[in-house]
Parts: sequence; structure tokens; C-alpha cells
Amino acid sequence: MVGRRWWTPWLWLAPALALLGVFLVYPVVDTVRRSFLDERSKSFVGLDNYRFIIDNPQPLVSDTHSALLNNIMWLTLFTGITVALGLILAVLTGRVRYEAAAKSSIFIPMAISFVAAAVIWRFMYEFNTDIGTVNAAVTSAGGESTDWLRDTGSPQTWLTERGPDTMPRPIQINNLALIFVGVWMWTGFAMVVLSAGLKGISTEVLEAARVDGANEWQIFRRIIVPILSPTIVVVATTLVIQGLKKFDLVWVMTGGRAKTDVVATLFYKEAFRVGDFGVGAALAVVLLLWVLPIMVISIRRFQFQEETR
Amino acid sequence: MATVTYDHVTKRFDTVVAVNDFNLEIPDKEFLVLVGPSGCGKSTALRLLAGLEEITEGDIYIGDRLVNHVPAKDRDIAMVFQSYALYPHMSVYDNMAFGLTLRKVPKEEIDRRVREAAQILGIEDLLKRKPRQLSGGQRQRVALGRAMVRDPAAFLLDEPLSNLDAKLRVQTRAELSKLHQRLGTTFIYVTHDQVEAMTMATRIAVMKDGLLQQVGAPQDLYDRPENVFVAGFIGSPAMNFFQARVKGQREEMHLDIDSFQVPVPASWLDDLLPYGGKEVIFGMRPENICDPECQPCSTEAAPVTAMVDVTEVMGSEIFLHLVADGKAFMARVDPRCRARPGQEIRVEFDMARMHVFDPETEEAIGSREKR
Repeated sequence: MVGRRWWTPWLWLAPALALLGVFLVYPVVDTVRRSFLDERSKSFVGLDNYRFIIDNPQPLVSDTHSALLNNIMWLTLFTGITVALGLILAVLTGRVRYEAAAKSSIFIPMAISFVAAAVIWRFMYEFNTDIGTVNAAVTSAGGESTDWLRDTGSPQTWLTERGPDTMPRPIQINNLALIFVGVWMWTGFAMVVLSAGLKGISTEVLEAARVDGANEWQIFRRIIVPILSPTIVVVATTLVIQGLKKFDLVWVMTGGRAKTDVVATLFYKEAFRVGDFGVGAALAVVLLLWVLPIMVISIRRFQFQEETR
Repeated sequence: MATVTYDHVTKRFDTVVAVNDFNLEIPDKEFLVLVGPSGCGKSTALRLLAGLEEITEGDIYIGDRLVNHVPAKDRDIAMVFQSYALYPHMSVYDNMAFGLTLRKVPKEEIDRRVREAAQILGIEDLLKRKPRQLSGGQRQRVALGRAMVRDPAAFLLDEPLSNLDAKLRVQTRAELSKLHQRLGTTFIYVTHDQVEAMTMATRIAVMKDGLLQQVGAPQDLYDRPENVFVAGFIGSPAMNFFQARVKGQREEMHLDIDSFQVPVPASWLDDLLPYGGKEVIFGMRPENICDPECQPCSTEAAPVTAMVDVTEVMGSEIFLHLVADGKAFMARVDPRCRARPGQEIRVEFDMARMHVFDPETEEAIGSREKR
């Protein structure tokens, strides 16, 4: 543009860049630096901290393997179940008369603070049936009370005789109980976003499919899901990032005890409880590397959609 | 291939009656056009047949089969929607093949049918494209193709031309007629445009407020409308209506329209005798009003003096907006006529082509043959 000096745009950008530099770039760079230093960040230890994560030498204090596996579980189960439930609820609530009421009640958990929700559910899962609603329900149905948050999957009599002990090791009742709370909180979000997408599908398209000979399931599977797929991807990416970063629920409900740690809780513990900044930083970097590709994919996708608009 | 029968069909939405005691038999291979103003229930009548709405009362048959409780997917009909309703995530080929894959038709057979339909419609080069990459006209063809490959018992078309531009609409009208001849399938076509109805239909069914007004061949509807609504709806520009009073005895019987009088032709005397001294609605189509200076009327011409208000030159003809003593009406005359706005001219009503309606029932008066 005529009469504009080259540095004018940079001048306007400077405050934002400065803030980003101080609060984002510097911490990231410093975390990466510390992940190669010892616990007091004094001397260079090479890849020792990363080796610690891979070898898992102190499974009783900081079980890095179970944290990584739990995170994979959060990633897959939390995302999968939430998207699936959100989609089903979006379709179902769209067909009832009291749609607004149904949607609001499912969306309410989203409005509760995560810490508050975690506290609520700690009471819900409480072993004592006078406090724990879940166990009160189980026992009134003739089952036995379970300590949901501490239970690591030892044989249970309240489900079936050979129930949970046939599950593979990382799949523990307490992890599933935690993930369930995450699902409870985020299903409303998935439902609302997907339902908005659903409203965008013209009824004539669905009617055309019906006349073409499709039954309700085929319409859902071959028309609705493909048309909604961009929205599903957006919801899934948001949830994947949520699942990977999950800290609050786990921290408040179990504090990472009984093998419920995820990477986020473990690096906090390592850095600020154990006092090993090296391992803590290395765990944070692992998490960053995990989130990065998903961020890149979703940003690319967003740019692509902007261009094709 | 099948006949379609509506037997006393009624559809109510809560308190609104969308279709009221609708009776119609559509023979095999007919091109039936359901026409009427918006909200008259014509689309609902079509959707009832498609199985997209539930019937409140009455029966619908496709062939000999009662389909009241048969779901849309099993009715063996194909439908073309106003918005075309193409599946946005599928290629043109997949859009057309979708119905067949659901029916588990062998792949080779699907391929053959899709290509054949694409060839007939001239969309062979578009098969790999997505709907958003097509123009309106092309999408419309794909929607038709999707219906064609199914080889259905009946084609239902819900205002399929209303999203096309005027020129394409005229062109597609002729192509649809050709397609109907070629496929030899029952077509049921819904439109609010009486020109589309007139040009394509074997028979037209006119609807208003959920009620069937009249069914007949296009020319028959035009020449012999059975009530005021059909007379006014079919034909453009619309028929002129005048409040008139039947006056005088036999030989001097005439219609008194305040500002002017027109004699009743001898053939109508018997029909109008019972209305002596009473009010009637007198109808005259614009093309039956002529300017004798350039193009004289028939022998039964009745002269009327009127003021020219506006002239609309169409090239092949001129529409004269005339006013006689505050009463406005329209004439459609030869372009050689010299009438100018503000001028007073003498026009002639062709009384042999007049229409008379009862003001209370709005039904036509007079025996069918005469009209």
C-alpha cells in the first residue's frame, strides 16, 4: 500500500508477540532445555530423563508406563465414546418434542467447573453407600459396594464372577470410572456442535434417501455421518486434545493414585512433588509432541476450509 | 408402470386441513400435473403418495396395492425435489447409483443403467463431479437421472423447474415432455405455474385450499372451466370478471355491467332465463376482446367503449389495460393495433366465447357443450 512503512504492521503486532514470547515461546523452549538437564536443572544428562520414561525404573513412585497407557486410553475411549454418544444424542434429541429441555439437561455438566464436577463424582463413587450414590444403586440392586476410584481390576463379585480380571492390565475400573466423568462432562459439547451440523442437512436430502430406498440406519450411516464428517473431525480433535491434557479430573478425584496417573498429572508430580524437574520436563515434552501433530492437522484443516469457503 | 389412485384422501396437520377428501385416478403412463396457488395442498398430496407424510383418512393405491402403511422406501416410486436434494458428499455417479446399491443390484447392472441414463440426459462427462461443482441445470438433470435409473412405478416431481432461470425452464419443459414419452412411466408433477401445467400435462388437476377443483385435459380446462377459480387461474393474462345483472326478456336479454350492456347470444337464453333480474359473474378472456379496427371479432361481437390505461407491447401481441367507468379489464390484441394510453377506443366482446358463473356457488352456468 502507498505511503506505508514496512515496520508499521510489526509495530501493531509487537505487544501480542511480546506476550506470546514471554508466556508461550519462552516456557516451551525452557521446558525442552530442562528435559536434558538433571533434577535441579544444573548439569546436562543427555537423554537420561527420556530413558527414565521408557525404562520406568520406579513403578511404585512414578509409573510412567501406566501414565502413558492411561493417556492412550483417555485418548481413545474418552474421544470415541463422547463422539459416539454426542452423535446419537444429537440425532435422538432432534426428534423429540421437548428438544430444548433434553439438550439443556445433557449440556449442563459442561457448565460446571471441572474441579466441582470432580468433587461431585468423588462423592458419587464413594465406597460408603450412605454417601456414594453409585454404590447405593449397585447394592440396592443386590450387588456389592466397590471402591471405584481405587479398584485396579481385581476379581469382582458384584459384576460377574470372572468379570474385570479378564481385562488387560491397563484397563482398570478406576480409570474407566474417571473417563466416564470426562464423557459425562463433554457429551453435551459434542451433542450441541453435532446437532448444529445436523440441522444444516436439508430435510429434502434425507427424504430423497428415504424415497431412494434407504432405511433409517442406512440414512444415518451413508448420508448423515458422511455429510457431518467435517464437524465430527472438529469435535474429535477438540476432544483428543482434551483427553491428552486431562489433569483436573484425575488430580482431584484420585490424585493419580492406584495407577490412574496420566502424563499431565505425572509431570506435575515429578516436577513439584518429587522435585525432579528433568523428568517432569521430559514428560511435558512427550505430551507436547503428542498434541502437536493433532494441532497441526486441525489447523491445516481449518485453513483448507477457509480457502474453500 | 402403474396407475395411482387417491380414494377420499384427507390430510390434517393439527387443525389445518391440507388435503380435503381428495379423489383422483391417474392411469398408467399419464403425465398428470397438480397445479394450484402456494399452500393449496398440492405438495402435500404428492408427499402422501411418496410416503413422506402419513394419511389421516382415505386410501392410496399404487397399481392394486394399498400403500397407506407401506414405508417410502418400499413404494417403488422415485421423486425429484425442488432443491434437487442431491447427496452432497457423493459423486454424480454415486448419487445416481445409490438407490440401486441399496437394492443390491449387481455392479455391472448399476453401471449399465447409470451410463444409459447419463447418456439420455447428456451428463456423461459429469459423472465424477460432486454436486457443488455443477450448475443448477446440471444438478436438475442429475436429480432426474437418479430417479430414472430406478425404473420406478411412478415419477413424482415437486416443482423441479422453479430453481432454474427462465430460459432453461422453457427448454427443460420440452425435455421433460420428451423424457415422459420415452420412458412411458406415470409422471405426477406438482407446480404453481399454470404455463408448466398447460405445456406438459396429459391432464391437469387444479387444487385450492386442499380441495380438488377440476381435472381435465389442458385445453378442456382452458375452454370449459367449471368455476371462477379455475377460470381465473388457468390462462395468462387471466380472464376478466365482471359483476353483471341479467336483464330483459328473451329477445332483448342482456347483461348489465353498470357502465355498459352486452346482449346475451341466442344459444345462452335458456341457461340464463332462471337468472332473470339476478346477479351473475360474467367472464371474458383477454384474447376474446378485440379491437375491430385492426382485427374484427366473430359475428356475436358486442361493442364496448373503454379508456386505454396502459399498453404492454409483447412483440407478438399487445396487452391493453382498459377502463370502462372505473371497471378495469384487459384485452390481448394484434400488435398492429394503434391504441395509445389515454385514448378512448371501441372494443368488441366476442360473446360466443363468454363464461357465466353463479355468484354464490362460483360454479359455471350453462351446459358443458356450449362453453
